[in-house]
Amino acid sequence: MTATATSARSDLSELGRSETALRTFLHGLPGVDQVGAEQRAAQLGTRSIKTTAKAEAIDLAIRMVDLTTLEGADTPGKVRALAAKALRPDPADPSCPHVGAVCVYPAMVPYVAEVLAGSGVHLASVATAFPSGQAPLEIKLTDVRAAVEAGADEIDMVINRGAFLAGRYSEVYDEIVATKEACGDAHLKVILETGELATYDNVRRASWLAMLAGGDFIKTSTGKVPVAATLPVTLVMLEAVRDFRAATGRQVGVKPAGGIKNTKDAIKYLVMVNETVGPDWLDPDWFRFGASSLLNDLLMQRTKLTTGVYAGPDYFTLD
Amino acid sequence: MSERVAVRKTYKLFIGGKFPRSESGRSYLVQDSNVSLASRKDARDAVVAARAAVKGWAGATAYNRGQILYRVAEMLEGRREQFVALGVPADEVDAAIDRWVWYAGWSDKLPQVYGGANPVAGPYFNLSAPEPTGVVAVVAPEAPALLGLVSVIAPAIVTGNTVVVAASPAAPLAAVTLAEVLATSDLPGGVVNILTGKLTETVPTLASHMDVNAIDLTGVTDAELATELEVKAAENLKRVLRPAPADHDWSADPGVTRMTVLLETKTVWHPKGV
Amino acid sequence: MFEYAPAPESRAIVDLRPSYGLFVDGEFVDPTDGGSFKSINPASEEVLAEVAEGGSADVDRAVRAARRAYEQVWGPMPGRDRAKYLFRIARLIQERSRELAVLESLDNGKPIRESRDVDLPLVAAHFFYYAGWADKLEHAGFGANPKALGVAAQVIPWNFPLLMLAWKIAPALAAGNTVVLKPAETTPLTALLFAEICQQADLPAGVVNIVTGAGETGRTLVEHPGVDKVAFTGSTGVGKAIARAVAGTRKKLTLELGGKAANIVFDDAPVDQAVEGIVNGIFFNQGHVCCAGSRLLVQESVAEQVLESLKRRMARLRVGDPLDKNTDIGAINSAAQLARITELSDAGAAEGAERWSPACELPERGFWFAPTIFTGVTQAHRIAREEIFGPVLSVLTFRTPAEAVEKANNTPYGLSAGIWTDKGSRILWMADRLRAGVVWANTFNKFDPTSPFGGYKESGYGREGGRQGLEAYLNV
Repeated sequence: MTATATSARSDLSELGRSETALRTFLHGLPGVDQVGAEQRAAQLGTRSIKTTAKAEAIDLAIRMVDLTTLEGADTPGKVRALAAKALRPDPADPSCPHVGAVCVYPAMVPYVAEVLAGSGVHLASVATAFPSGQAPLEIKLTDVRAAVEAGADEIDMVINRGAFLAGRYSEVYDEIVATKEACGDAHLKVILETGELATYDNVRRASWLAMLAGGDFIKTSTGKVPVAATLPVTLVMLEAVRDFRAATGRQVGVKPAGGIKNTKDAIKYLVMVNETVGPDWLDPDWFRFGASSLLNDLLMQRTKLTTGVYAGPDYFTLD
Repeated sequence: MSERVAVRKTYKLFIGGKFPRSESGRSYLVQDSNVSLASRKDARDAVVAARAAVKGWAGATAYNRGQILYRVAEMLEGRREQFVALGVPADEVDAAIDRWVWYAGWSDKLPQVYGGANPVAGPYFNLSAPEPTGVVAVVAPEAPALLGLVSVIAPAIVTGNTVVVAASPAAPLAAVTLAEVLATSDLPGGVVNILTGKLTETVPTLASHMDVNAIDLTGVTDAELATELEVKAAENLKRVLRPAPADHDWSADPGVTRMTVLLETKTVWHPKGV
Repeated sequence: MFEYAPAPESRAIVDLRPSYGLFVDGEFVDPTDGGSFKSINPASEEVLAEVAEGGSADVDRAVRAARRAYEQVWGPMPGRDRAKYLFRIARLIQERSRELAVLESLDNGKPIRESRDVDLPLVAAHFFYYAGWADKLEHAGFGANPKALGVAAQVIPWNFPLLMLAWKIAPALAAGNTVVLKPAETTPLTALLFAEICQQADLPAGVVNIVTGAGETGRTLVEHPGVDKVAFTGSTGVGKAIARAVAGTRKKLTLELGGKAANIVFDDAPVDQAVEGIVNGIFFNQGHVCCAGSRLLVQESVAEQVLESLKRRMARLRVGDPLDKNTDIGAINSAAQLARITELSDAGAAEGAERWSPACELPERGFWFAPTIFTGVTQAHRIAREEIFGPVLSVLTFRTPAEAVEKANNTPYGLSAGIWTDKGSRILWMADRLRAGVVWANTFNKFDPTSPFGGYKESGYGREGGRQGLEAYLNV
């Protein structure tokens, strides 16, 4: 660790104390050229991942799935079934790995916890008045504490986009700090809701803001607004975690969520991780997919690779 | 009363806005006058003056350049009789004045006609604009002495180039007199430089000069010399305007080629994004 | 570690004959002089095909065929019909694009990702664009009745074999000229496949003639008295020789020559995109690009950061089999070019610049050069002045915009330049002052048939692409 890096670290930790300092820092980050970023993402999307590389990618992707259900209609029965699937995604093939986590609403956490106990599959809960975040802070924090108490070891919070877009960065920062504290030992994923942030410059700033405030993961989307995860948004976030680690020494994870429907998409993300931040992030501890239907496509492609025959949806469980 | 003794004019070179004699100290007798016989060194000095003037002239606004060319027409109109006295036919002087007016108007129109936006297949702003090539060596036609000269100088400078002109060796007085017009027309020094003397002495120097960007061989009538000059010009890839045919009609509509051949098209790309 | 398995594009789509004649007057013919040469795959040194070497009798035959076609068929043909032939060719290229892309990568060594995603789409687009001009010449701004020149002699380089063919042939034909084209001796094969496409399009015989051969064939063609127009893309040295050769003739000349472009990165640049732009600027097509951003001018205040990002990015470049869909950098086109790149790079090191390449395993056979950057380069170094035409970047620093302009322009070349900054007014200020025919701001190496391309100073004259590109083939 060089002297500059050490002093940069302490400087960064001071930023949260002053609205002006925070603003100056976030607005001093390099800009993102939209066309260039989108072209780079598209170019990475042309990588051709075949045979052994594909098999490896599929298993890795399965291990990275945050198997998610976030519906008003969720019931204990529904989430138990989902948790069972998380443990054994392909009952016919014991070599198939389990997913990274199950992601549910706080009220569903206890039912999932029963199934997952001791399995190594993480239990994530959205909290902080998901998906809008439009509730008093105390209620949001209570939401978090309840989920953790019920057994969640990962919390997916939403940032206050209104405050962010209005330029009240300290407010957003302070909320993340408070949420992180409420998490205790649970990992905090900070949802930026990039579809509402509108520009890549904002995505980069929000990423840094979330990391500076202590987020363990930055996550693209709630899945509840029209534009969810995209490759270029994820590219910008990956660049942010890469640069943040270079500046502070602390590694932060990335979770694109929503809109990632099939194996082809998932592999594009893995290629992007590989070529943007490298193998350090090619691990479920540092990269996750927030998805539901993705898993079955991964399983179908996995079967195709082992049997040589294209599978059909009837052969995989719907949960 | 004795008759007044007239004050005769010394015909000198026009370099960098000044009227020096040839550094060689030589002159030659032509049109009943001693006219400076420019040397290779004069040619090189003229190139230095022309190069020094490029930045300001090319960087001037098109409106400014247009007004200055129009001012040249005004000044020429005022000296109409002076050219007639040199033997230039009156209608040729008129045509030369009108040609300045015609080119003056092109300064802020050629970039619109010759450049523009290109509809590329992607999220880019893409614009092409003509720019002056830089220093242009010009061999003026032997005749018509004034209209021919104006017809090669005006299209070169209106777009922002600067020129070193080798005047017609047989009829240089119109050129030197035009220099006097130019010197009183707010034209910055060095934009037009005029050399009198032998083409074989000055033009090869200009053709092989590595700080000259283009050469207009319009007035070269000797095909062998023209070829030799074009070969020299290749050394730094000067843009070349080949000699005009002997029967070229200088009174006809000149078109835009004399301007465009001395232009570079610059195309700028920029992404469109938020 | 996520290792990508080999993903080779199939070469079965390409049906190469063992040998090719010259394409003259609509047919493949044997050369009169009987010479031939081999075109090899630079990635494996395998012989792809034997190709005829055109001698002076062959050139003469081709020029006469072109003259006949110009006078009897193509010249008198209404523009709307010329247009339809060109549209037909554009469509055939689209239909056979994979075949052409694979052959281009085989013969040239460029990655299939580029021949497939860049070269071929641009080739088709170029024909499509100029096809539309053929019946609109009177509206192009060159007077009421612009006339073709006649027979065009066209000599093209090996870096973008088919794309350079398109840049030459499409505007020439649209304007009503007929052509004799000589492809580069190391990359003649896609031009010969293009000849087959002309046959498939029922293009009248003699409108397009392809005479293969080396420098001597090109010289004979350019000097042929029956030629009205010469268009050349290649080195500045040869360009000057051609300019001398056409001196005193009626031949109209356009030259698209070398470059030593500055890619200028300011401290407020969108840095991740700038790094991509630097990489694309110099490593695209193995750096075999006349407009390559071969001089990186980076503002001193961010030099360290930019170089660190650049090196990290370079470490991700995949060098290898051009037909592998994941290859970023393919083979150097020839042993001769490899020798030149090696020589200049060694000179850079000997002159004290610091050399760096990422660890990368180069194949044993074929011609390869690892992506390389030199730091600590000054304007006085040969690698800052001479065109290397390979994957070698010279890095220089600057302090102020004026200094950047001064350094960027301090070269006999003037083909292209790059500017990276988030400040709009600075882009326009810089763009005004850079003496280069193409200025890419916050992007690099972008091409389009509507966009004129060509250089200032010793990078040549005339423009290719756009309305300006037509002018090169019209009597204006």
